[in-house]
Amino acid sequence: MALQEPTALERFVNGILPENPVYRQLLGMCPTLAVTGGMKPAMTMAAATAFVLISANVIISLIRGLLRPHLRILVFTLTIATFVTIADRLLAAYLYQMSKELGPYVPLIIVNCLIISRCEICASKQGVATAASDAVGMSLGFALALASLATVREVLGTGTWFGLAVLPQSWPNWGIMVLPPGAFLTLGLLLGLAEWVGQKRRSGV
Amino acid sequence: MNDTQKQRGYISQAWLVILLALLYGGALAGVQTTLGPKIAENKKNETYNVIPLLVPGADKTKTVELPVTDIDGKRQRVYKAVSADGKHVGWVLPADGQGFADRIELLIGLDASVSTITGLYVLDQKETPGLGNFISGEAFRAQFTGKSTDEPITVVTFDPASGINEITALSGATISSDSVAAIVNSAIENLKGPIRELRITPRGRGG
Repeated sequence: MALQEPTALERFVNGILPENPVYRQLLGMCPTLAVTGGMKPAMTMAAATAFVLISANVIISLIRGLLRPHLRILVFTLTIATFVTIADRLLAAYLYQMSKELGPYVPLIIVNCLIISRCEICASKQGVATAASDAVGMSLGFALALASLATVREVLGTGTWFGLAVLPQSWPNWGIMVLPPGAFLTLGLLLGLAEWVGQKRRSGV
Repeated sequence: MNDTQKQRGYISQAWLVILLALLYGGALAGVQTTLGPKIAENKKNETYNVIPLLVPGADKTKTVELPVTDIDGKRQRVYKAVSADGKHVGWVLPADGQGFADRIELLIGLDASVSTITGLYVLDQKETPGLGNFISGEAFRAQFTGKSTDEPITVVTFDPASGINEITALSGATISSDSVAAIVNSAIENLKGPIRELRITPRGRGG
């Protein structure tokens, strides 16, 4: 192939903004909508996803020479499911309340397309260092996206950020923001904003 | 390449999947063995922490867990709530049943004679956020406090509930509200008799 694979640094940078998993690739919509009612659950989800993504990318990259085309998806899923189960058990043991709050969304990390797509696009083709920096970049991009939604929703919905009061007591909490409709409204508006800013920048250059 | 060669090729390629499955399985077994007791302890701690809220005057360090057989012959555990000065002040029954979305796990506080409900706590639920999940809220749970165990609790859809053993359903979450009442009713019906027997012979059979 004539096409040059991106370097480790490019992979890392791309994951954060240019190829942001949520804003540019529209991947991982389930946690993006479901657990961004507050910063705490959103950041716990981002950390759990990062743990799974980094571990899966490194393992897949290490065994990439042994992968066979017709078995690769099976190996990806097996690896991801294992690390998700470990993350789920760790949360239940050390962050019990948070694990109760996230409920079924932790086991659902298994079906987060972000992770399997990185295994397919990057880890199964490139070396460990590149795969790891790709995973870290994508994890940061995902965390950033979740944080942006969670900030809007938590501040407007409950007047707090990370549980700390940021708006005056007189703020009438917009209950809808922490409910599912608030997630869709916020995501739609933020996506539109990101696209608008992106287009302006592209046409400006 | 003929078919036999192809087949042999596939089998020899699958070794990686088999090896990984074994390795991952072993790793998960290790994780579960290490963290399992910690997770079980978290659940139990939560139960003990809410016992003073469910039975007024109870002290969590004095409270003991007892085995009991319900009227259907099913073995289960109840908590005998004891105050700091050693007085028996009530009981806490763990109970669970189907809700609107998933199983609801409750803890029901009762007075020492098993005649009045003294509190209700939702240990686990996955009801609809914004509607059914308010069964965990203080306002809904408080309605159960003070209800008699002599007759079942009924759920009504007007506010305030007027009858002696009536509670008002959460608006928009009638099924979740009914489910909680049904779980409470069946737990009390199944365990009221057996627990009263425990009271007569406090250091009951089994241990």
